[in-house]
Amino acid sequence: MSPHIRDLVMLLMGTVGFLALATVIAQTIRARVAPDGSNAGIENLIARIDAWWIMAACLGLAFLAGRAGVILLFAFCSFAALREFMTLTTKNRSDHWSLLVSFFVILPFQYYLIWIDWYGLYSIYIPVYCFLLLPIFTTLQGDERNFLIRISETQYALMICVFCASYVPALLTLDIPGFEARGVLLIAWLVIVVQMSDVLQYVWGKLIGRHKIAPRLSPSKTWEGFVGGTLSATLLGTALWWITPFSPGYAFLMALAVTLMGFFGGLVMSAIKRDRGIKDWGHLIGGHGGFIDRLDSVVFAAPIFFHLTRYGWTV
Amino acid sequence: MKAALRRLAANATGLGIRMLARIVTAVRAEWAGCEPVPRQRIYFANHTSNADLPLIWSVLPPALRRRTRPVAAADYWLTSPLRAFIGRDVLDAVLIQRRPEDRAEGEDPLAQMTNALDAGASLILFPEGQRNMTDADLLPFKAGLYNVGRARPRVDLVPVWIENLNSVMPKGEVIPVPLICTVTFGAPLQIGDGEDKDTFLARAASALRDLGRPVETSI
Repeated sequence: MSPHIRDLVMLLMGTVGFLALATVIAQTIRARVAPDGSNAGIENLIARIDAWWIMAACLGLAFLAGRAGVILLFAFCSFAALREFMTLTTKNRSDHWSLLVSFFVILPFQYYLIWIDWYGLYSIYIPVYCFLLLPIFTTLQGDERNFLIRISETQYALMICVFCASYVPALLTLDIPGFEARGVLLIAWLVIVVQMSDVLQYVWGKLIGRHKIAPRLSPSKTWEGFVGGTLSATLLGTALWWITPFSPGYAFLMALAVTLMGFFGGLVMSAIKRDRGIKDWGHLIGGHGGFIDRLDSVVFAAPIFFHLTRYGWTV
Repeated sequence: MKAALRRLAANATGLGIRMLARIVTAVRAEWAGCEPVPRQRIYFANHTSNADLPLIWSVLPPALRRRTRPVAAADYWLTSPLRAFIGRDVLDAVLIQRRPEDRAEGEDPLAQMTNALDAGASLILFPEGQRNMTDADLLPFKAGLYNVGRARPRVDLVPVWIENLNSVMPKGEVIPVPLICTVTFGAPLQIGDGEDKDTFLARAASALRDLGRPVETSI
C-alpha cells in the first residue's frame, strides 16, 4: 500500500470512528431526554450527524477515485450551490440566457480548466473574463432595469459558488516537492479542519455560548463558540500536520488562517440570508439546510489556503 | 402485450419527468395547511409554465400521485403523438376541450371531472384556465372550480402555490434554468352554503395568493 493511500485510509477510519462516537452520544442523549423525538434540538443534531455520514462517504469515495472523483464532486457541489444562490438573486426575464450561460458554460469550463491544470487561466477566468464578458452579454437583451444589481449579484454568485469552490479541487494541481500524489490529503486536511471548526463552534456555543457576536447577522454565533471552536479546530489541524507538507508550527498558522476565514465566510453568507429573509439556503442536506450552508466556510477558506500554500511550498 | 409495453414506457417516462424536475428545480413540497394523506381533493394551483403540472405531480407522494389526475386542455395535449402519450398514458389526465365549439356531441367538461371524482380520483386543476403571461400574480378564475366544487361538495379544495417556476422557464423559452422551486399546499376550502360563484372564486384566489406571499422568518 502506497503511503498516501495508507494515510487516507487512516483518516477515513478516524472519521468513521468519530462519527460513530457522535451517533452514540446523540442517540444516548435522545434516549435520556426525549425518546419520543419531541425535542427539536436533539432531532436536528441527529439529522446533522446522519447527513455527515453521507457527506463523509461521498468525500471518501471521491478521494479514493482520485482527481476525477474530486473534480466531479465539487463541480456538482458548485452546481447545487449556484442553484441555491441564483434562486435569491435579482433577475429579470431577460436574464434567462445569462443564467443558462452561468450554469451550463461558465461552471463546467472552470472545472475543465482545473482538470487540464491551466493555472494561468482558471485563476482569472471568472474574475476577469466572465466579469467583463457576462455583463456585455446581458446588454444584448436590451433591458436596463436594475442592471447594476443584476450583473453584480450574478457575478458574486459565480465568484462564491464556482470560482472559490473550485479552489478545493485546484489544490490537486499544486506541485509541492516531496508531496507528490498526496494532493487529496491536502484537501482532506482543509475540509476536516474547516468543517470541524464549524462543528466545534456549534458544540462550544451550545455548551457555554452566552455572548452573541453579531445578533443581527447570525443569531447563533457566540464569542464562546467562536474562540473555543476556532482554537480547538486549529489544534486539531496542528495535530494532523503529518498528512500535510507543513511543519507543526506552520500547520498551526495555516489552520488558524483557514478557521478564521471559515468563520467569517459563514458570517458573510449569513448576512446575505438575513437580508433575503431566509433561514437556510436550501433543504437538500438534512438538518444542515442547503449546500451553501455547509460549504460557506470551506469556500471562503479554500482560495486563501491555496495561495498561501502555493506561495510558500511549491516550486 | 402491447398495452403492457405502453404501460412500462409510461412508467419510465413518468420517472424520467420526475427526476428531471428534481434535478433542475430541487423541488420541495411544503404542506403548510394540510397533510399528504389520501383524502379526496381537488388541488388548484397557479399556472405560469408548462412545467407546473409535472412539478405538482412530482412532489405528491407515490400513493397519492397514483390516485390524482390532472385536468388538462385537450387542445394542447392532443396536438402531437408525444404530448398525447404524456397527457393520457403518463399523467392520466382528464382532457377537456376548453372551447365549447370544439366539443363533441354530449361532451361536458364538468361531467368528465365529476366522473373522475366519482371513480375515486383526486384532481389537479388550474382555475385560471390558461398560463398566466402577465405581471399580475393570478388571472381571474374560471367557473370550473366553483361548479365542480358545488357538484361534489364533500371533496376538499386545496390551494397549491408554485413558486419560482416562471423564472426557471419564462414563456417562450425551452431550456430551463436550474432554480429551486417550492410547491406550497394550503388549508382546504369548502364552498359555503349559499355562497355564490363570484364570492367563492374571490375567496379561493385570495387563499391561493396568500400562500405565495413571503413569510417573515423570526429566526
